[in-house]
Amino acid sequence: MFSKILIANRGEIACRVIKTARRMGIATVAVFSDADAKSLHVAVADEAVHIGGSASADSYLSIERILDACKRTGAEAVHPGYGFLSERAAFCEALEAEGIAFIGPAPKAIHVMGDKIESKRFASTAGVNVVPGSEGTVEDADHAHAIAAGIGYPVMIKASAGGGGKGMRVAYDETEVRDGFERARSEARSSFGDERVFIEKFVLEPRHIEIQVLADTHGNVIHLGERECSIQRRNQKVVEEAPSPFLDAKTRAEMGAQAVALAKAVDYRSAGTVEFIVDRDRDFYFLEMNTRLQVEHPVTELVTGVDLVEQMIRVANGEELSIAQGDIRANGWAVESRVYAEDPFRGFLPSIGRLTRYRPPEEGPRGDAFVRNDTGVFEGAEISRFYDPMIAKLCTWAGTREAAIDAMGEALDSFVIDGINHNIPFLAALMRHPRWREGRLTTAFIPEEYPEGFVAPEADEDEATVIAIVALTAELVRKDRLDRFNDRVAPHPGQLRRDWVVRVGDRYLPLAVEGGTPGSPLDLTIGREDGERMHVATQWRPGEAVWRGRIGERAVAAQLRPVPNGLRIDWQGLSANVRVYTPRLAELDRLMPEKAASDTSRMLLCPMPGLLVSLAVEEGQEIKAGETLAVVEAMKMENVLKAERDVTIEKVLAAPGDSLAVDAVIMEFA
Amino acid sequence: MRDVLEELDERRSEARLGGGETRIAAQHERGKLTARERIEALLDEGSFEEFDMFVTHRGTDFGMADKRYYGDGVVTGWGTVNGRTVFVFAKDFTVFGGSLSEAHAEKIQKVQDMALRNRAPIIGLYDAGGARIQEGVAALGGYAEVFQRNVLASGVIPQISVIMGPCAGGDVYSPAMTDFIFMVRDTSYMFVTGPDVVKTVTNETVTSEELGGARVHTTKSSIADGAYDNDLEALLQMRRLIDLLPQSNTGALPEIECFQSVKQDDPSLDTLVPKNANTPYDARELIEKTADEGDFFEIQAAFAQNIVVGLGRMEGRTVGFVANQPMVLAGVLDSDASRKAARFVRFCDCFSIPIVTFVDVPGFLPGTAQEQGGLIKHGAKLLFAYGEATVPKVTVITRKAFGGAYDVMASKHLRGDINYAWPTAQIAVMGAKGAVEIIFRKDVGDADRIAEHTKMYEDRFLSPFVAAERGYIDEVIMPRSTRRRVARGLRMLRGKELENPWKKHDNIPL
Repeated sequence: MFSKILIANRGEIACRVIKTARRMGIATVAVFSDADAKSLHVAVADEAVHIGGSASADSYLSIERILDACKRTGAEAVHPGYGFLSERAAFCEALEAEGIAFIGPAPKAIHVMGDKIESKRFASTAGVNVVPGSEGTVEDADHAHAIAAGIGYPVMIKASAGGGGKGMRVAYDETEVRDGFERARSEARSSFGDERVFIEKFVLEPRHIEIQVLADTHGNVIHLGERECSIQRRNQKVVEEAPSPFLDAKTRAEMGAQAVALAKAVDYRSAGTVEFIVDRDRDFYFLEMNTRLQVEHPVTELVTGVDLVEQMIRVANGEELSIAQGDIRANGWAVESRVYAEDPFRGFLPSIGRLTRYRPPEEGPRGDAFVRNDTGVFEGAEISRFYDPMIAKLCTWAGTREAAIDAMGEALDSFVIDGINHNIPFLAALMRHPRWREGRLTTAFIPEEYPEGFVAPEADEDEATVIAIVALTAELVRKDRLDRFNDRVAPHPGQLRRDWVVRVGDRYLPLAVEGGTPGSPLDLTIGREDGERMHVATQWRPGEAVWRGRIGERAVAAQLRPVPNGLRIDWQGLSANVRVYTPRLAELDRLMPEKAASDTSRMLLCPMPGLLVSLAVEEGQEIKAGETLAVVEAMKMENVLKAERDVTIEKVLAAPGDSLAVDAVIMEFA
Repeated sequence: MRDVLEELDERRSEARLGGGETRIAAQHERGKLTARERIEALLDEGSFEEFDMFVTHRGTDFGMADKRYYGDGVVTGWGTVNGRTVFVFAKDFTVFGGSLSEAHAEKIQKVQDMALRNRAPIIGLYDAGGARIQEGVAALGGYAEVFQRNVLASGVIPQISVIMGPCAGGDVYSPAMTDFIFMVRDTSYMFVTGPDVVKTVTNETVTSEELGGARVHTTKSSIADGAYDNDLEALLQMRRLIDLLPQSNTGALPEIECFQSVKQDDPSLDTLVPKNANTPYDARELIEKTADEGDFFEIQAAFAQNIVVGLGRMEGRTVGFVANQPMVLAGVLDSDASRKAARFVRFCDCFSIPIVTFVDVPGFLPGTAQEQGGLIKHGAKLLFAYGEATVPKVTVITRKAFGGAYDVMASKHLRGDINYAWPTAQIAVMGAKGAVEIIFRKDVGDADRIAEHTKMYEDRFLSPFVAAERGYIDEVIMPRSTRRRVARGLRMLRGKELENPWKKHDNIPL
């Protein structure tokens, strides 16, 4: 076995590979760029080598520098992770030329599968289903119709040089195919200066389902079942699961067999993934083969119990696979949520900055379920603009899909992140989305369900009550503490106040407390106006960001953040500002006017004399509160000016390089 | 006998209606609560004891003899906030627009006297039209009596003013002498002379909001210490503030149970100061990660944002925090920041509230505007305030502590009790570039030599160790241990006894 390996990657995947290597008794070498000097993967590795500047091209994509790091540290093998150099045949060749093992496939497989068109031809020859379509370009409308009739409607007409949806037409019958052909051709000509088009079967209700394969250098190839990755945004996977709720045993076996056949045909070794698109009739077609470890590999590990990284290392060491196809059994269900630094409410745009709070849920068994969190960050780390904005891969496993999803919901509820925007509100909302829970997915799930962009769900009466009770118990604990001042003159009330009105968003919910004694932990009954009574128990204490406890039949984990005179509570993708009032204060609260956003801040003024370094916005752009508008340098320091509320930029009145006086107008808002 | 009891009830009901239901409705229409509703929201439920409910004015001129309302435009008394005594007066806008008569002023004086005698805070809720002109000089006299009591109570009991409607003319000076002024956005304004007089005298056209709204006073004039969206929010936040304050200058610090261990390190602080010395970070994050449960009541958050001041707790006991804010103007000290922090430091010292100072300051702000605006004297205020303060003072230098600003920010030399520095601290007369160009003036043309000198200067002086060698820094600490170290320091200092020489009073450079 290797005594030392180098991981040519960063972030969570570097940490994940190091974990397995350490368990196998192999020493690890991390590499890092300038921006990553204080990163987690550097801290957890046995050795770390600085390989250059923050831009990937100067560090993680530099074959030369990584080779140099291998030589300096004496690493015998390199695990490339995913992304960066993981699918560069040249990297693999360069390593092997130096006698360093590449923990991945041979250059040939990388090469063949790296080309979209070539890989399709190859797969077709290997007996793998590919999307039926025209072999070459389409001559004229008659030809188009003939091809379409051959493969069956509906079909998609695409520009050969196309991209971005331009020159694309879907046709359901002959008239449409003739018309669509002409239009697609003219669009192709005007958009790309190349009028060639081709025709492909249009896949209805497509789902993304992929097969994990594992091959050694002794001719053994097995598959480890499928993963479904249909929940995507901007063609990037967000949530994955294993197995797929859609496949039947027959389709699964067929897909597995084709994936194995393809791997064999390309002399594959190591772990790889054959991606398919599956239509509503469970017909499946080859998309591509990824010749590396996938981001979403943990769900396969959780249901099969196989450590894929370990297998990759063993294969690279020339060992024969110790598992046969018959040993592979999918046990239970696993779901993975990719936690990204991005704003789900604004088209999932990336967000960067300092993680002022990062408290993931605890890993390990949770009741009958299991939680795993692959991460490359820590509290106080910086999410930089140089790399992928993924913070963590949160996975849950349980006996059934429903239980795994519930466990995911709870794990997300207790995942605390502050300092940047993140997609947990979306993920948490998804876990309770009926269509997701039923497994009725397509790759267009997000645009289909949120055509206007993601919006947080609204709490119904029962959910609002749960949120109200969380806030009420927090107030009871807080109040008890304040009732025990050393210099109080009024006698201590000695018992809990009974009647309360909790305002959740704009709802006022009267609640009655029965039983219980002041202080923490709390164990009491809370009655609703309609007479329903719920037993409530919690150990929560002031200062804890996550409230855990039971409310009626529910186990609840909710996040609390202070807002003036109240709390913001996040639970299951719901978010509400909550205030706990006595009935009288609630009456007074109802008298308070709705505040319209003040228009006194229609302009961004320069807060100090300084130099305008950069503008982050353009005229007409819509900006959310907290986002950067401009950077002004003063006292040799950069001051970031941020939007205090949601605004639209009407006019920009200064340019980078301008010297600005105090209160100089930098821009005006609409 | 029965009749007499009923009469009391009737009279009370009449008094509680103030200026009548129509005026109460008008008050609500404006988005404001009535004086009695405000007191209800401020105090513990049912704890209000009213005084002088049946007082009426004694004026007879201009037909006033026929117009009398119980209470005469102000509701006064005492009650409790989380069980602790506070005195309160609330101007009743429904009665003569809350204007001040001699009798009205006497009611306020009575609670002022009681608050001082019984050593408990006093809170004034303002919503009034100024002097009752019909009373002439009697009203002016009434004002001055109130002012005099404000002065005598200053530094003995906490005095808080909340502006919840108009506050003009004579009414502004009593709040101006209290410890804190808070305002309600859009419904309150404060000025000595209103838009009409301004127009007449200076021919300037201005709205009340532009002249003295919450925005002006929280961001420009610094008259107000904070602003809230509505009456209820303001009053509930006043409860939060009172929970942090001792009853008087001889009262004990309020203490509540603290659930957050101080033993827990916070490794995220190790990465708070960025590698690049010119990159800012948020001083509030440091305060919130040091204070109990991240609970921080900020004072003057919108003014002179290059310094952050406010109250929090350490191990359940109130602490005042002062921190240079690198996010704004690099945390430089200018006139406004110096005045803001000086007043806060003096408030803490009055009421025996320990002060924790976080230092990251590149110096005083240069420029004609600052020098001509009196930077020397304003900066001296903060220097003076720290120098005279006898409360426990714990200081942590996180990054820059340059020049005179190093001295000012609760340095060892100003009787800092415990002075810590993070390993990232740079304690020096100035930054490397400026220093090298002065020390090695003859080499200024020679880039290589300057670079060499700069490196030498940085290595030797831009660290906490030169100061630590001299004992100016008691210890260099790990950032992650800040909460524990500060808390232990404050524990040790609980028994601190230090007195300044006897004097009638000092002569701070006002």
